[in-house]
Formats: sequence, structure tokens, C-alpha cells
Amino acid sequence: MSVAPGLRRGDTVTAPTSRPATARPAERATTRRWARPQRSRAQWAGWLFALPALLMYAVFELRPILTAVQCSFYDWDGISAATPVGVANYTRVFTEPQLLASIVHSLVLIVFFTVLPVILGLAVASVVREIRSTWAGAAARTLMFLPQIIPGAASAIAWTWMYSPDGAVNQLLRALGLGSLTRAWLGDFTWALPAVGIIGTWLATGLCTLLLMAGIGKIDTSLYEAASLDGASRLQQFRAITLPGLRAEIGVCVTITVIAALASFDVVFMSTQGGPGYSTQVPGVQVYQLAFTENRIGQSSALAVVLSLLVLAVVLPLQRVFKEK
Amino acid sequence: MTAIARLRDTAPRTVLLTAAALFSVFPLLSMFSAALQPQGTAPAGISFPLHPQWHNFVDAWNVANITTLVQSSAILVLGVVPAAMLISSMAAYAIAQLRIPLGNVFFLLLLLGLTLPYEIVVVPLYYQMQSMGLLNSRLGLILPLIGLNMPFAVFWMRTHFQSVPAELSESSSIDGAGPWQAFRHIQMPLAVPALASLGVLMFLSTWNQFLLAIVLIDDPTKRTMAGALQGFVGAHSTDVVLLNAGALLIMAPTILVFLLFQKFFIRAMLAGAVKG
Repeated sequence: MSVAPGLRRGDTVTAPTSRPATARPAERATTRRWARPQRSRAQWAGWLFALPALLMYAVFELRPILTAVQCSFYDWDGISAATPVGVANYTRVFTEPQLLASIVHSLVLIVFFTVLPVILGLAVASVVREIRSTWAGAAARTLMFLPQIIPGAASAIAWTWMYSPDGAVNQLLRALGLGSLTRAWLGDFTWALPAVGIIGTWLATGLCTLLLMAGIGKIDTSLYEAASLDGASRLQQFRAITLPGLRAEIGVCVTITVIAALASFDVVFMSTQGGPGYSTQVPGVQVYQLAFTENRIGQSSALAVVLSLLVLAVVLPLQRVFKEK
Repeated sequence: MTAIARLRDTAPRTVLLTAAALFSVFPLLSMFSAALQPQGTAPAGISFPLHPQWHNFVDAWNVANITTLVQSSAILVLGVVPAAMLISSMAAYAIAQLRIPLGNVFFLLLLLGLTLPYEIVVVPLYYQMQSMGLLNSRLGLILPLIGLNMPFAVFWMRTHFQSVPAELSESSSIDGAGPWQAFRHIQMPLAVPALASLGVLMFLSTWNQFLLAIVLIDDPTKRTMAGALQGFVGAHSTDVVLLNAGALLIMAPTILVFLLFQKFFIRAMLAGAVKG
């Protein structure tokens, strides 16, 4: 009755068949002049459908974001009156060594959360090339997915035990005759950050592998047959067929895991709390500690804003890089 | 193909898949082996005991309050997921099918929330919930989780509603159905597969929510399963056996649900990754 009849009718004049989503903007442009006079009250009434979502989003996401930005220009302990300090909180993010270090660590974690899982996933995907529907293939799929299902906090506990002096990692090293390398991995200033990083590798590898395997399954197998008839080596096939064919999937893996690396919280919080010293401190844990143990709300907000801008600065260009041609 | 040639063909594949699968379960096996050792001992690496102490799990169940935790997480999931599914579908329907004015602006605004990390909202949310008097209450966690789920949920459902031909709403409006009737009786039944996947993804993200749970709720028994882990570790960090048994129990419900509906989970998560 009131399903915005104006625009609907205008649409059917120019585009009588069902249209794919991508065709919309252009087609809308052609119908706009048609539809505008009839943009009726009914169409605005459609907002009643969107209102609950907008309200929840505005109150619990947009408003807190704005509050964080506002707080970042104040010195506030959470109780007494806040005093404006200009950009001092931001300058400190880049000059206070432990704050700057947390940002650097999150960039280092990209190697473990993103680069390693994507490389491992590509290796497995290009060798296996398709997910076999055999019993063993299905079992492997299920097992590889497990890290995605359990909470990050729980995987941190599992790995804390793996890394402990009596844990499986040291046991394995001793069994290999590398007993001299054993240590308390998460308590070691040099090794704690890579050790935390490996937890991220473990978390991301399964998802990346399965995504890339699914993607490779969609590549036309005749391409590979033609290439091998032409005498292309496996490596050449990988570079000429697999990599370009997986562009979109690699983009997805990279985007998700980069966000996970930069905004990591639960794994680090549960395994090291940022320690020993500040050797595994990341912005996420630092934001939490600044706010709730050091009562530096303004400083915490400034770091959170910088972290968000960093995520945008890394992720938005990635969207462009991996856009399918 | 001779047997040897076939073996040479499948061996690398089998070896790699096995290695990848082993890497995925190894930490969990290591936990499991420690959880079966006698309580009070210091287990070493992976070693399955001759006399596995299964009752460790019973003890950990009681110590970690698993019954309460499952109930608590279930309440949170029931509070978040259906509501978020409904209001995100309504918004996506409005944007994609009703083509509300400024709908694309709203959508772009939502996309911002898809990228920004929870770290930027968590501290302001703490003070906001405090002033609303909702700190330490389940409602105080449910409401923000619904709001924070909107970007992905609307994104997901919009993709679905864009694939529904416009003729469908046209014919229903000719038949005299208002937008609400069309939404309820025609669009929602058609959206069931998309909604189901969305439900799986939001179930997981709610159940496993950690940061918001530990910030907004003090009482570990009112938190999500993941959030409760923090309190449990704080109390039992020195008891390796009990800690591992408890952590395994805390993970068990999701693993169980996953094993029962694994195809569904994997499909939803792979699609979710691509869309998100």
C-alpha cells in the first residue's frame, strides 16, 4: 500500500527486470528526476524500519566514539573535574616510550597475525588445491577451524601452558636435542613478543587456509591443465594462475588479520598483560590499563583514537590494493 | 595410474593437511593432557597419564561455576542475537528495498563502525553505562553489544535484500500489503538462510566477547564464557591441572555446538569473512 510507490513505479519504467545490486547507482541516476517529485511521505516513513538500528548504533557506538575524541583533549582521572590540555595527550602517545612502543609492537604483530598465516594458507591451498570431500578432508577442515571457535582468551591460556618452562614447546625442544634453547618464553624480554605473535598465527592460519582453499576451488582447473601442457612449472603456475586468482580472498585474509593484529586485546591481556616490562605491550591492553589502573582517561582516549586512525590508515588502502580488476 | 604414482600425487597433500590440522589441535591436546594429571602435581609437557583423573573435570565444573556460566552466556546470547537480527534486518530492508532517503549516508556511517576497533568505545561505554545505572548488569552488556553488532549485521542483511527482486515487493504492494506486512510475511521468510548464518556469527561473537564483558561487568558469573575465564585464571593461576580442566570446560559448549553443526559454522564463517 505505502511501499514507496513513487520510486518503485519509476524504477519499473526504466528497469523492468530484476537488477543485480551493482547496476543500482547508474540506474538510480536515470530514475532520480522521475522519482523526485514523488518522493513521498511514504518513503521517509521507511525510516521507521531503520530507526531502531540507527538509535542503537548512535547510542552505543557513535556517541562513545565522539566521547573518546572529546576526552582525548582533556586531562581526566575519571572522578574529579577534567582540564583541557590541547593535543598534549597526542604528543605523549608519540613521545612517551612505552606508549610509542605499544604501537610499534602492534605493527610487529602484523608479521605474525597476517603475513605468516597468509603464506602458510597459500602453501597449503596451492598444494591441496581443493577441499576433498573425503572423511579425512572433512576432519582436517573441522580441526583447522577450531581456533576460530574458541575465545581468544582461552587460546591464550592454552598457549601460556605450552610456553611454560614445563610446557610442550620446551618438551619438544628437549626431544629434538635443543635443550639449550628452552626458556620461559612469555617471561623472556626478547622472545615474549614473537611468542605472543605465534598465538596469533595459530588463531588466523586455519581461517586463512580454508578461505584460500575455497577460493582456489573456484579457479578454473583447465587453466592449470593448459599451463602444465605448456610446460609451466608448479611455481610458475602458482605465480601466473593461483596468486591472481586468489586476489580477493587474500585481500579478505589480510584485512581481517591486520585489524586483529592492530586491535589485539584478549590474547595479550590473558597471556602477558603486556609484560615482561613493556615488551609485549599493545595499544589495546594499554588503553585498558591507562583507563582502569592508571586513571588516565584522557591519555587512554588519545591512544584509542590514534589506534583507530592507524587501523583506518592501514585497512583503507588495502581495500584499494586488493580490489579486483 | 600406478599405486606409487597415486601415492606421490596425494602424499604432499596428505602430509600438509595433517600438519595443518595437528598445528590447530596441538595446544588443545596439550591442555587436555595436563587436565588429566593428578591435582596438585606439576605436569610436564604432553604426557597422557596411565590413570587419567577424569574427576578433575567434575571438580573444575564446580569450582568454575560452569552451570551458572552457561546460563549467563545463554541469557546474553538470547538478549543480543534475536534483537540484533530483527533490527538489522529492518534497517537493511529499508536501505536496500524501500530505498529510504539518505539511506546510503546511513550505510556509510555504519561501514565506519565495521573497521573501528572496540578499544575506542570501551572506556566511554564504561562511563556511559555508569551514568545510565547499567554497569554490572546483563542489560548493560546486551544493549552495547546490539549496537556494536549493527555495522556487520546491517551490511550482511543488506547484501541479502539487494538480491531479492524488486518485483516481489511491487506485487505485494499491489496486493495491498503494507511495508510491514511485506517485511514480515514475505521478506523475512525468504531471508531465513541469511539470518541463520548471521545468527551463528553473532552467537559466536557474543559468547566469546571478552573486552566488553570484563570492563562492563565486575561479577565473573554474570559475564560471557570468555569473560569468566579472566576471573577463573585470576583465582587458579598456580594450579595448572585445574586451570586447564576449567578452561577446557569453558570452551566445551561452543566446541560441542560447532562439532554438531560444523558444516553450517564453516559455511557461515567463510561467507562472513568474505562479506565482512
